[in-house]
Amino acid sequence: MDLLSLVRRAKAEDDFSILSSGIPYMNTMGIYVWEDQGQLTTTMRADKKLTGNPRLPALHGGTIGGLLETAAIVQLAHDQDTENLPKPINVTIEYLRSGKIADLHARARVTKQGRRVANVQVICWQSDPEKPVAAMHGHFLMT
Amino acid sequence: MTEQTLMERIVKFRSKPENQSPHAQFLGLQIVDIEPQRAVIKIPYSKDMAGNASTGILHGGLVTTALDSASGLAVFAALDEFMTIATLDLRIDYLKPATPDKAIFAWAHCYKTTRNVCFVRGVAYHEDRDDPIANCTATFMVTARAGATAEDRLAGHNTEGEV
Repeated sequence: MDLLSLVRRAKAEDDFSILSSGIPYMNTMGIYVWEDQGQLTTTMRADKKLTGNPRLPALHGGTIGGLLETAAIVQLAHDQDTENLPKPINVTIEYLRSGKIADLHARARVTKQGRRVANVQVICWQSDPEKPVAAMHGHFLMT
Repeated sequence: MTEQTLMERIVKFRSKPENQSPHAQFLGLQIVDIEPQRAVIKIPYSKDMAGNASTGILHGGLVTTALDSASGLAVFAALDEFMTIATLDLRIDYLKPATPDKAIFAWAHCYKTTRNVCFVRGVAYHEDRDDPIANCTATFMVTARAGATAEDRLAGHNTEGEV
């Protein structure tokens, strides 16, 4: 099933966990979507292969960026009414703390949904949502 | 230490697979070129890293990883001595989708260093740097750590500490 059909099915069944079957990156990186207290949450499972700094150890910054971008796309697929997949235009990632080799949770908020462009903010954390590991904001093309 | 010696030490250290980070090893990331202030890395194509199974186009997260890695390496290549560094922020403009089956190259230039902060710009591309997939600007904190050996600092190159 192509990704757009999967998005339609996810919306119809209100189950966004099925999206990963159309996004190989999510499976490879151990990223899955679930609902936590009624909020769509995107989590990257702890895995040694995501280590960027073995001495600390800490997650590779690129994997954190990949999770944040995935969370933004999933949230847009959930919120939007259009029949297109969101395409990233640009993203800015701010690294706030080193990421331990532990589950990393991300939650996105669509700040503005325009006709063609959406602005999204995402934060991710490990044990405490008040101590974010990284934040991202970005623009996504919806047409 | 002369620049040549520093470059040689970086290349010698990083060219050993066991000195690559586990994630770099997982991706098959290779250093293509390194010179003062500049670095080029390569990540081979893998359909497992696609953002869409139907098209095979690589996920933006892999482009981010390539640019973050090249940028960190360029900072190492711009500093006069081995220091621990941490990515502070990274902005990426996606200019066109990556082409399936093609390796991604990332070039980065650390054009300004100060005592605490280093500034980098970078480009991701397939064959031609003038036909880019993505552009990035990044800033890094320099966070030297007492007691660490030069090789320890060289190993720690990403989202290193609280800044």
